[in-house]
Amino acid sequence: MAYDVNTIFQIAGIGIVVAMIHTVLKQMGKEDWAHWVTLIGFVVVLYMVATIIDDLFQKIKSVFLFQG
Amino acid sequence: MAIEIVQVVGFGLIATFLILVVNEQKPVIALAIALVAGAMIFLFIMAPLQSALELIATLSGQAGINNMYIQTLLKIIGIAYLSEFGAHIARDADQESIAAKIELAGKMMIIMMAIPIFQVLIETVLALIPGGA
Repeated sequence: MAYDVNTIFQIAGIGIVVAMIHTVLKQMGKEDWAHWVTLIGFVVVLYMVATIIDDLFQKIKSVFLFQG
Repeated sequence: MAIEIVQVVGFGLIATFLILVVNEQKPVIALAIALVAGAMIFLFIMAPLQSALELIATLSGQAGINNMYIQTLLKIIGIAYLSEFGAHIARDADQESIAAKIELAGKMMIIMMAIPIFQVLIETVLALIPGGA
């Protein structure tokens, strides 16, 4: 495979950890911090997703003769 | 080749279970996992597909078919796949209307691509009609 299964596990791990931190911060009464953590986690995940989607689009372009 | 389908299915099942786990807390990240899994499976099947498409192009070149037709056909397949991919992701996120619009745009693009072929076809038919055109 061009990519490892690890990327999927990484994203899922980020999701679970962010959810955990969110819950803990919420219990401590720091709602605004919890929201920032969620946002940053989302941005990191989005960056990884965007990298892979870019790869996919480049591949489709090259295979289906879009370059032209 | 035969063993690779096991990899793809296993990969898909792993992604499905991870999505189920993450979906409880963070639905957005679950959607991201679905997106990445779809992209990876497609990238995985791309290498064999590429050689098959090259074979089709070579064969059609030997058969004397105009390269433009094969190229248009491939572009249409690419557009169909891409719009389907985007529409499915939007549908997974319960955005039915956006999915419908993506599909509409894909159909429009395919019609645009097919117009030159229609033109050639109609010109050929008109040339066949005696006294016509």
